[in-house]
Amino acid sequence: MSRFDWLPGFIASLAEERVAILHSDPNRLAPAHCLLLDAEDWDEGTRVASASGFRWAGLWGDQIGDRLRIYTVFVHNGDYLVLMTEVPLQAPVLASQTPYFPAANRLERHLHDLLGVDFQDHPDTRRWTRHCAWAEDVYPLRSDFPVGGDSSKRRSSDVDYPFGRILGNGVNEIPLGPVHGDITEPGHFRFQAAGEEVLSLEARLGYTHKGIEKIAVGRDASGLARLAGRVSGDSTVAHTWAACMAMERAAGVDVPPRALHLRALFAECERIANHLGDIGGICNTVGFAFAQQQFGRLREQMLRTNLTAFGHRLLMDVIVPGGVCRDLPVQWESIITPQLSTLSRELEDLLDIIDDHSSLKDRLDDTGSLKAELAQMLGVTGYVGKASGQDFDVRRDHGYAPYDGLEMQSPCRTQGDVAARLQIRADEIRVSLNLIDKLIYSLPIGPIAADWPQSVHSSVGLAVVEGWRGEIMSFIRFDEDGRVARFFPRDPSWFSLPALEHLVLGNNLPDFAICHKSVNISYSGQDL
Amino acid sequence: MSKIFSKIWQIGTLTEAPPVGDEIETLGKEVKRAIEQRLSRSLAIRQVDAGSCNACELEIHALVNPYYDISRFGIHFVASPRHADLLLVTGPVSRHMETALRRTWRAMANPRFVIASGNCACNGGEFGSNYATCGGVSRVIPVDLHLPGCPPTPNDLMRGILALMRKERPQ
Repeated sequence: MSRFDWLPGFIASLAEERVAILHSDPNRLAPAHCLLLDAEDWDEGTRVASASGFRWAGLWGDQIGDRLRIYTVFVHNGDYLVLMTEVPLQAPVLASQTPYFPAANRLERHLHDLLGVDFQDHPDTRRWTRHCAWAEDVYPLRSDFPVGGDSSKRRSSDVDYPFGRILGNGVNEIPLGPVHGDITEPGHFRFQAAGEEVLSLEARLGYTHKGIEKIAVGRDASGLARLAGRVSGDSTVAHTWAACMAMERAAGVDVPPRALHLRALFAECERIANHLGDIGGICNTVGFAFAQQQFGRLREQMLRTNLTAFGHRLLMDVIVPGGVCRDLPVQWESIITPQLSTLSRELEDLLDIIDDHSSLKDRLDDTGSLKAELAQMLGVTGYVGKASGQDFDVRRDHGYAPYDGLEMQSPCRTQGDVAARLQIRADEIRVSLNLIDKLIYSLPIGPIAADWPQSVHSSVGLAVVEGWRGEIMSFIRFDEDGRVARFFPRDPSWFSLPALEHLVLGNNLPDFAICHKSVNISYSGQDL
Repeated sequence: MSKIFSKIWQIGTLTEAPPVGDEIETLGKEVKRAIEQRLSRSLAIRQVDAGSCNACELEIHALVNPYYDISRFGIHFVASPRHADLLLVTGPVSRHMETALRRTWRAMANPRFVIASGNCACNGGEFGSNYATCGGVSRVIPVDLHLPGCPPTPNDLMRGILALMRKERPQ
């Protein structure tokens, strides 16, 4: 299927609804296609996109002088379509997309909290990212807001967030967090439960908000790559790659083929290490410590290989703008190849043992089920989506280098429960091992980085990569001096968190731990 | 069950001969001795993520894997700050976590120790100090030991705990 063969049909449907396309641009954010709409037509344009069966994949705003440019991204058949519009900074009012795409809910609230866009007809007007660190009527991402904030005074904690409540006989409310009992990221979960059964779960994040979007402004390319690598530490490769790819597209830099292969190699190693940790973690939440120890062992071996072969256990800062920071060591084959063949063998042994355990199956099967229709509506990608029938993988369906030259399978299951999310991780490890084989086999010879151009002028870039959690998107705008003027990284956790809130319903309270671990959202990745 | 036992038998005890085993063993023994002297044979750690990117947590998690297995030295992680001797804090302390961190620290009984773990916890790291972050743990609660690294490796963490135990006991 050729790219964007559906676009003329979509444009025709827009015309039928009298939505004027002010500008249609295939190059500005290539390979995504850009359509500029009038703010008045935002609602209608979104409705047509919804009727066309698109997946909603992201939203951000960018202040340009006294105007706010709003971007939203849709995905269809592996193609990315960006709708843009502009609103005046003085009266930034825009129709909400949430009525058509529930996935837009929290990103619209995030955009409101940080840039002050007023979304009309949004079903939920509560704040999301903002707690009490800044006042309600100021917006940190606006250019007149100082990086250091408007007050150095200590702020009280967030106490009056109005959680939804269920009232009734025997219903109790259980608060959990932000400091949890385990070694984990901070976030608040509010349960309404009747006895053991979860009636509703509402998450409240924002605790790890670090002002990433604000402190990105003014950085140079390598500074931004470092920051992107710390959006979510477990996805450091994927986020850095996405940010670098966006910068390279904006600056028109061609990355050498060897560097692209090495990036993919890092990304697959990151995927394997995280999936190993998660499989062990899921088993551990139901008390199967054997699996935790065994998979912990495999993960540690992987991290040590990373250190020996690539210079960092978690692969931080190995990707730099223009390429990668170091080549493989001379004896790399003797490090990587035996490690991966051992891993491949051990993995099958252990999965066989897990499969044999009926008591484990009893806890994982049918726990935390996410139906395919719901997964589609919430726009989840990665293992959460793939376990619930969402057969989408950026590497296969959007085809960025070097994956576009490699044949790859992407696993998909339909059960949608914890067991399926565990199995998908195992499937993905197998795919990654296979990809690494191909990457090593076809590793090109040549330079590992392109020079970063001296001058980059006002330009924008958008990149999408498949992180281990799912689709990661990164937007960059350079100002006229070649400094970063806007950076927005969109982690897949924005969509898997609402999925968690749904899939836990009707389960026992103690099973929340399993459901939570099986979804494994990055709080940092979405708090920004 | 036979497969499990066979696997356990086949893998053996990794902690005896890991690639950098000597270092881990020596470090571990020193930490253990220090803990025996200072805290009656056990060190309870409460970890708080005060806005980290989660890389620090991954390495702290690694401390309990078979290679490091810190529990054999009397070190364990606890759920409540009331049970903890040591508060292990990561992240630049986001403003949104400031109060939660302070409350966690207040809930601890004396003697209590605080390690600021990772570059962000030491001085704000990549995030520095801005409208949303405090720029380091010591700006919020007293810190006994700063442990740099991005993120500190399990060995760094072990070394940090040892260094802390050797330091003077806080009042």
